[in-house]
Amino acid sequence: MVENRADIQIKIKVKQLNIWFGNILALKNLSLEIYSNELLSIIGPANSGKTSFLRQLNRLNELEANFRSTGEVILDGENIQKTKLEILRKKAGMIFALPQVLPISIYDNVSYGPRMHGMREKGVLDKIVEESLEASFLWEEVKERLKESATKLSGGQQQRLCISRTLALKPEVILFDEPCSGLDPVSTAKVEESMLKLKEKYTIILVTNNTKQAARVGDRTVFFLMGELIEIDKTQKIFTAPADKRTEDYILGKFG
Amino acid sequence: MKTTTKQKIAFSILFLCTVMVILPVVFVLGTIIKNGWQGISWKFLTTMPKDGMRQGGIYPAIVGTLYLVSLSIVFSLPVGVMAAIYLNEYAKDNLLTRLIRLAIVNLSGVSSVVYGLFGLALFVTFMKFGVSILSGALTLAIMNLPVIITASREALAGVPYQFREVSLSLGLSRWQTIRHSVLPFAIPGILTGAILSLARAAGETAPILFTVAAFYLPNLPRSIFDQTMALPYHLYIISTQIPNIAVKTRYATAFVLVGMVFTMNIFAVVIRSRLRKKKKW
Repeated sequence: MVENRADIQIKIKVKQLNIWFGNILALKNLSLEIYSNELLSIIGPANSGKTSFLRQLNRLNELEANFRSTGEVILDGENIQKTKLEILRKKAGMIFALPQVLPISIYDNVSYGPRMHGMREKGVLDKIVEESLEASFLWEEVKERLKESATKLSGGQQQRLCISRTLALKPEVILFDEPCSGLDPVSTAKVEESMLKLKEKYTIILVTNNTKQAARVGDRTVFFLMGELIEIDKTQKIFTAPADKRTEDYILGKFG
Repeated sequence: MKTTTKQKIAFSILFLCTVMVILPVVFVLGTIIKNGWQGISWKFLTTMPKDGMRQGGIYPAIVGTLYLVSLSIVFSLPVGVMAAIYLNEYAKDNLLTRLIRLAIVNLSGVSSVVYGLFGLALFVTFMKFGVSILSGALTLAIMNLPVIITASREALAGVPYQFREVSLSLGLSRWQTIRHSVLPFAIPGILTGAILSLARAAGETAPILFTVAAFYLPNLPRSIFDQTMALPYHLYIISTQIPNIAVKTRYATAFVLVGMVFTMNIFAVVIRSRLRKKKKW
C-alpha cells in the first residue's frame, strides 16, 4: 500500500494523452501517475475510455486502422513510443476480458512467449512454466496434465492460464482488461486472489465494470467518464467520501 | 390453412430441392459406373493404348494427368497461400486491395478456355516453353490461383482475431504471429482448398488443350518440356474423334477420371476433419 509520499516511485507517467478512433475522441487530455507495485483500478461506465487507455499502455491501440493519439506515456522514464515494441509488450503484459487461450496444450500456452522470444532450453522452459503457473495459483490443478489442450480447462482456469502466460515473460506491469467479466463468483475470487498476490512484485492496472471488485482489490481507484478523468484517489476515499458528485452517483449505481 | 400443414408443405419443397441437387450426381455416377466398370482392369490402367486407341490401356493419360496436377500445385499453392496471407493479414483496406479482391473473384469466373488461350500466348509462345507439361501446369496453376487464394483467405479469416491479439500482446512480431498463431490453425481450410483445386485441375480440358495435351504419344514424357497425354483430353478424343470405339472403353476412361477427382475430394474431407479435431477452438 502506498502511504508515504517519500516511498512512492512513479512507474508510469501519462501526460496530456488524447486518443481518437476516427473522429471520436475516446480519451480527453488525460494526465496521471501510476506508482510501482500499486494496484490501480479504473472504473467507469461503458465508452468512458478505460480500455482505450489500457491498450495505449502497450500500444495495442495501434492495431486499429483509424487510431490516432497525442500526448506522452512515460514508462520507467522512457517514452513508450521510443521503446522497441517487442520490449514494451514484454514489459507490460495484457490480460483480456475473455480468456484467450490458444488451442494448444497448457504447457505450450504458458511457454509460448518465452519460446517465441528465443528460449529453446527445455529445462529453463519447464521451470518458467512451473513458476508462472504457481504464481497464478493454477499449478496444483494442472500439473498432472500439462500436455492436455488448454481449451479443456474451465473459464476461470483459462483466465488464470492467461495470467501465467503473461507472467512467463517476466513483465513489470500487468494490464487487466475486465478479467472477470465472463467468470462466475468463485473463479472471480480466485483471479482476484492472484491479483492481490501479484501486486507484491508487479504494478497492476485493472479495468473493471464491477465497482465492488475495484473496492475489494484496488489501492487507488480512478473514475473515468466520457473519456475524461473525473477523480483519482485512494480506493477507500473514492468509495467512502468521493470529491465529485458524479463519482458518488456512479458508485451508488445511479447511472452507468 | 393450419400452420402445421403449411410447415409440412414448406419442408417438402425444401426436401425436393435438396433431392434435385443430388439427383444429377447420382445419375451421372450411376451411368458411368454401369457402363464403365466392365472396362476397368489392371491392364487397362497400366498399359499403353493400341490400335488407334481402340485397344490397350490409358496408362499415359493417367500418368500425364498426375504430372500436370502435381506440378501445377507446386506453383499455385505457395503463391496462392502467400497472396492470401498478404491480403488477409497485411494489406490495408483501400481502393487498391479492394480492386485486387474484385479481380480475384472475377478471375474465378473466367471460363477455362480463356485460360487456355492465355497459357498459349504467354507460356507456349512468348516464354518459349513450347507445348509442354511446364506450360500446361503453369496454365492450370494460374486457373487455380483464385480458388486457392479465396479458400486460403477464408481459412485465415476463420482464425479468431483474438489469437493475433494475444500473440502481438506478448511482444511477438506480426510475422511470428502469423507463422505460429494464425497459419497453423488455417492449415485445414487451406489444404481443403488446395485439394479441391487439384481435383478441378485434373478434370479441366480447355486449359491443357493448346498448352500441353497430345492426341497420342507412343512414349511417356521424359521431361517437363515434353508433351503428354491427359485424361480429360483423352476422353474427349476417344468420344468424338475416333469411330468404332467400344462404349465401355469410353465410360471406363470417364470412370477413372471421375474416380481420381472423387478420391481427391474424399482426401480433402478426411484431412480437414482429422486436422480440425486436433486444432479446435
